[in-house]
Amino acid sequence: MNSKQHMSGVVAGRLDPSDIADNFQDLHPPLSAHEAIVAADRCYFCHDAPCVTACPTSIDIPMFIRQISTGNPLGSAETIFDQNILGGMCARVCPTETLCEQVCVREVAEGKPVKIGLLQRYATDHAMDNGADIYTRAPATGNKVAVVGAGPAGLACAHRLALYGHDVVIFESREKPGGLNEFGIAAYKTVDGFAQREVDFVLSIGGIDIQYGQELGDGLSLEQLQSDYDAVFLGTGLAGVNALQMPGADADGVVDAVDFIAGLRQSADKSDIAVGRRIVVIGGGMTAIDAAVQAKLLGAEDVTICYRRGKDQMNASLFEQDLATSRGVVIRHWLQPEQVNTTDGKVQSVTLEYTSQTDGKLVGTGETMTIEADQVLVAIGQKLETSGLGSPVKLDGGRIATDQNGRTSADNVWAGGDCTNSGDDLTVTAVAQGRDAAEAINDTLKR
Amino acid sequence: MADITNTFAGIKSPNPFWLASAPPTDKAYNVERAFKAGWGGVVWKTLGEEGPPAVNVNGPRYGAIWGADRRLLGLNNIELITDRDLYVNLREIKQVKKDWPDRAMVVSIMVPCEEAAWKAILPLVEETGADGIELNFGCPHGMSERGMGSAVGQVPEYIEMVTRWCKANTRMPVIVKLTPNITDIRFPARAAQAGGADAVSLINTVSSITSVDLDSFSPEPSIDGKGSHGGYCGPAVKPIALNMVAEIARDAETRDLPISGIGGITTWRDAAEFLALGAGNVQVCTAAMTYGFKIVSEMIEGLQNWMDAKGHASLDDVIGRAVPNVTDWQYLNLNYVTKAKINQDLCISCGRCHIACEDTSHQAITQEVNGVRRFEVIDEECVGCNLCVNVCPVENCITMEPLAAGETDKRTGEKVSGDYGNWTEHPNNPSRVAAE
Repeated sequence: MNSKQHMSGVVAGRLDPSDIADNFQDLHPPLSAHEAIVAADRCYFCHDAPCVTACPTSIDIPMFIRQISTGNPLGSAETIFDQNILGGMCARVCPTETLCEQVCVREVAEGKPVKIGLLQRYATDHAMDNGADIYTRAPATGNKVAVVGAGPAGLACAHRLALYGHDVVIFESREKPGGLNEFGIAAYKTVDGFAQREVDFVLSIGGIDIQYGQELGDGLSLEQLQSDYDAVFLGTGLAGVNALQMPGADADGVVDAVDFIAGLRQSADKSDIAVGRRIVVIGGGMTAIDAAVQAKLLGAEDVTICYRRGKDQMNASLFEQDLATSRGVVIRHWLQPEQVNTTDGKVQSVTLEYTSQTDGKLVGTGETMTIEADQVLVAIGQKLETSGLGSPVKLDGGRIATDQNGRTSADNVWAGGDCTNSGDDLTVTAVAQGRDAAEAINDTLKR
Repeated sequence: MADITNTFAGIKSPNPFWLASAPPTDKAYNVERAFKAGWGGVVWKTLGEEGPPAVNVNGPRYGAIWGADRRLLGLNNIELITDRDLYVNLREIKQVKKDWPDRAMVVSIMVPCEEAAWKAILPLVEETGADGIELNFGCPHGMSERGMGSAVGQVPEYIEMVTRWCKANTRMPVIVKLTPNITDIRFPARAAQAGGADAVSLINTVSSITSVDLDSFSPEPSIDGKGSHGGYCGPAVKPIALNMVAEIARDAETRDLPISGIGGITTWRDAAEFLALGAGNVQVCTAAMTYGFKIVSEMIEGLQNWMDAKGHASLDDVIGRAVPNVTDWQYLNLNYVTKAKINQDLCISCGRCHIACEDTSHQAITQEVNGVRRFEVIDEECVGCNLCVNVCPVENCITMEPLAAGETDKRTGEKVSGDYGNWTEHPNNPSRVAAE
């Protein structure tokens, strides 16, 4: 046993590096060629298939699976990429259990869907591993489009625009592309630097320039982009995080879960990431799960997710909840944090109040309980950073309002992904919106 | 427990499951293992004439096609008759028959189309104590190029001639093994009967190329970049074999000729179907080559359980029971009207019935009802073709429901007649027989 395993406080290297490496292996190992053929054979090639309807990017799933089963994985990958250029990442991170696989007729019939996600990964991995050169740009149009944000929405938009012959400049606030694919998402869902390989694959089409360290409102102005470019696409994501507002929220050991996950993803050696022995995670979404599970995998002894509502209201899918509990994370419902208790400025415990829903309203019952903790991971939501947008960009519910084509209220400005008010906050939705906005921009520029 | 002891062309065996003449019956070692496993009999792999034995290729002898999860559906072979010395085979046959007296021991023979050649080998085989011989007029590869195998089986006159030679030169029952590589199986069967055959066995393998290597452009199996057609067998050929067995069983000239059914028999159910269509016993090869000899225990038990469940006391209660129901198209009842019916509780909404019907048939299945994805049969369009049933992945989800006499067929607007009426008397038939 590692000597640091039971140390109190926030400590790095609670487990031996080899154990950590084991813990962070691929969550869903890829299918072998034979497994893929067998899995593909289960697809019924449904007519007007429900899985296609359920996919935000409308990938022709029966077709790509048939292409796998006929020994044509490259053709299969093309079918996927034509609809979703980030099909490789979506194959890894999509909550397929609530999308395509939920409505698979074999799920309906037998409770065992066709492994659509893994098959998609099989095909896209095949194409990317073999350096497939799938797309050729249309002749240059002379149009220039600015894309803000090199996350899934921005990359999908840029790729489609480049395909049509437009020149694209992506302005990215960080020093690295990929957005949440690179900085969010649990490490075991996208191993071996896949996010960067995928970005390279997207950019290989040509015609896309990325400028780093460019943040809207911080030297980069939307007005300037509007005047310098023929169109602008905003795919900024949600750069702001909701902070915990209570006594002790600024204590040493209270960490934003988004930062915690980003730190993990960016670390060269996960043994360097410090975690508490006892951790309370506040929140009920995917970020809470990703943070909690990874904390556990780093060697935390007790990890408890506290969510203020019930199991059914959690934004994290059932699959994710089950994953967390299978890794030893405890999920507690109907508890809202009241106070972080500290000693010498360090987290000692969290006091939470029991809640209940009365007439559709969440209320505290007045009864409290305390969980011992030396680290608190806060995952209570992210929000749009609005400072750089300016008044022409109308908001709705704190996010950018768009029409069905992704067009905002500002002249020649489109938007997509988490920063908008439409769709779920999923990679696949961001890709669909980025792609569709590119189509709309292309239509506009052609006129 | 149902009695499945079998007497075929006078040859007794404890059950109707024989191993066909093929690699599994090439030598004592295999045949003894088969008998230990419970096989009722074997047809020893084909012997050739005395002298240097046949040689085989030294590369792959088999090609295959597969279904889901690499399940072997069809096997193709280019192996020739035994490549072991005639006398080694004869010694082993004699010993095995002596050790396993209750099992059927039939010896397959293929020698040139000269009476002297048959006269020479028959006494040698007879001396082993074998129960019978099977004339290999079936193998479509290799030996056929030398005027033997299917080269004989494709010429009824030769079949009759060689059969007659054999009947004249041995007391053993003569089973003539037929090739399916002909246009009408009844002619070779009649020829065998005319030559005095005690029985026929069929089918031998179907001439085939299983696949082409798209890199080397060589057919499979590839021998140094070249391929030759082989003989196809396994589950894929069963429907071809069933039809040929039935054709002989219901032919006025050959209906009393015993038939040993061969072709893709893999389970007891396959065997029961062959028996029902007139086979007096069955021979198995590919299933054993795929799974080993143990499968015979499932076949025996399965057949008995089914017979017990249905009250069939012995094989005679089963053999030929389906033959009267095999008829010519022109005698099918055109007044029998069915409509497909989709059980909505079982339907998983895959839409395959719809698209099959919509694209390729009669536009008789909905895709949407009141704006909701739902697959229903449109009786006004349904011709009762059964395609939807066959493409539906859920068993018994779609069924064909006959309309009762007096009901109106919504497609034609006519009332269903309760009377039998066939093409021979149909008004559209220019050569119809006027009703008396």
